Amino acid sequence: MRLRPGSFTPLSSGGLTGEERRSILRDAAGIGIAVGAYGISFGAVSIAAGLTVAQACALSALAFTGASQFSFVGVVGAGGAPLAGMATALLLGSRNTLYGLRMSALLRVTGGRRLLAAHVTIDETTAMAVVRPTPAGSRLAFWATAVSVFSLWNLATLFGALGAGALGDPRALGLDAAVPAAFLGLLWARLRTGGEARFVALAGAAVAIGTSLLLPAGVPILLAALVAVRLRARR
Amino acid sequence: MIWAGVLLTAAGCYLLKLLGFAVPASVLERPSVRRTAELLPVALLAALVGVGTFVIGHRLSLDARAAGVGAAVLALLLRAPFLVVVLVAAGVGAVLRLT
Repeated sequence: MRLRPGSFTPLSSGGLTGEERRSILRDAAGIGIAVGAYGISFGAVSIAAGLTVAQACALSALAFTGASQFSFVGVVGAGGAPLAGMATALLLGSRNTLYGLRMSALLRVTGGRRLLAAHVTIDETTAMAVVRPTPAGSRLAFWATAVSVFSLWNLATLFGALGAGALGDPRALGLDAAVPAAFLGLLWARLRTGGEARFVALAGAAVAIGTSLLLPAGVPILLAALVAVRLRARR
Repeated sequence: MIWAGVLLTAAGCYLLKLLGFAVPASVLERPSVRRTAELLPVALLAALVGVGTFVIGHRLSLDARAAGVGAAVLALLLRAPFLVVVLVAAGVGAVLRLT
């Protein structure tokens, strides 16, 4: 590899060839576009759930973790208390803690950079970082994916929310069917990990549907998660 | 009230991420903790799918939503991208409401 002046940016601490760097940036752009598609759905279903455009955008910018955001609007849209929505969102967001452990060891960031890195530690940035063979590649992949996903996710949320608001009645648009379909899309890849995941999914759905007939909206979701994970432990 | 939920959710989600950067790795790397963290989203998402598809208020309902989600399953089996899956569900739901 030939070294050129100015070839070291703060993002890449060296050791990467131009080809590696281009490949990482290409992947980061690609995943950002894919995430943008989720973002449009999220903006639209937020409006369907009764949130304002500003609330949808605040969730995307500040919570910035897709499945948790979807679950918050899913619970609120079904008539659940916002605090029940929050509890569901936090349970889903707990996996980011495990990602943070991995990324903390990989990125070796301190101070303000660490606070920033934590905010963008999600499924996509972690997945992109861990598959790179070198620490320099991991760091570039993490930050490039963070920039790409954060900007497109927030832009897409705004467009989705404005679009759904302009189009009118969410039920006539089928958006109440789009919400569970979005959850199914998020769930799908995880079901392929094995029989245990499928068992937990079926148990969770059954418990949630059954207890929905009696309990306030939002509570059955939390109950289902706890029961399903307990059942798995006994198995 | 929704704003309070939005802001508390955002704060909580951020703190969960930061926690991973702050605690020693050994605490959360026990296999049982890791496995539970993997399965918790599965149970939560499945519960959200089930309730969102079949429940209205406190009763069961088989309506346009179930048809839309059924179409989404087909789309997923055909390996359609996420946005297509969501659009298919919305489209089927909307068409059934028209009739």
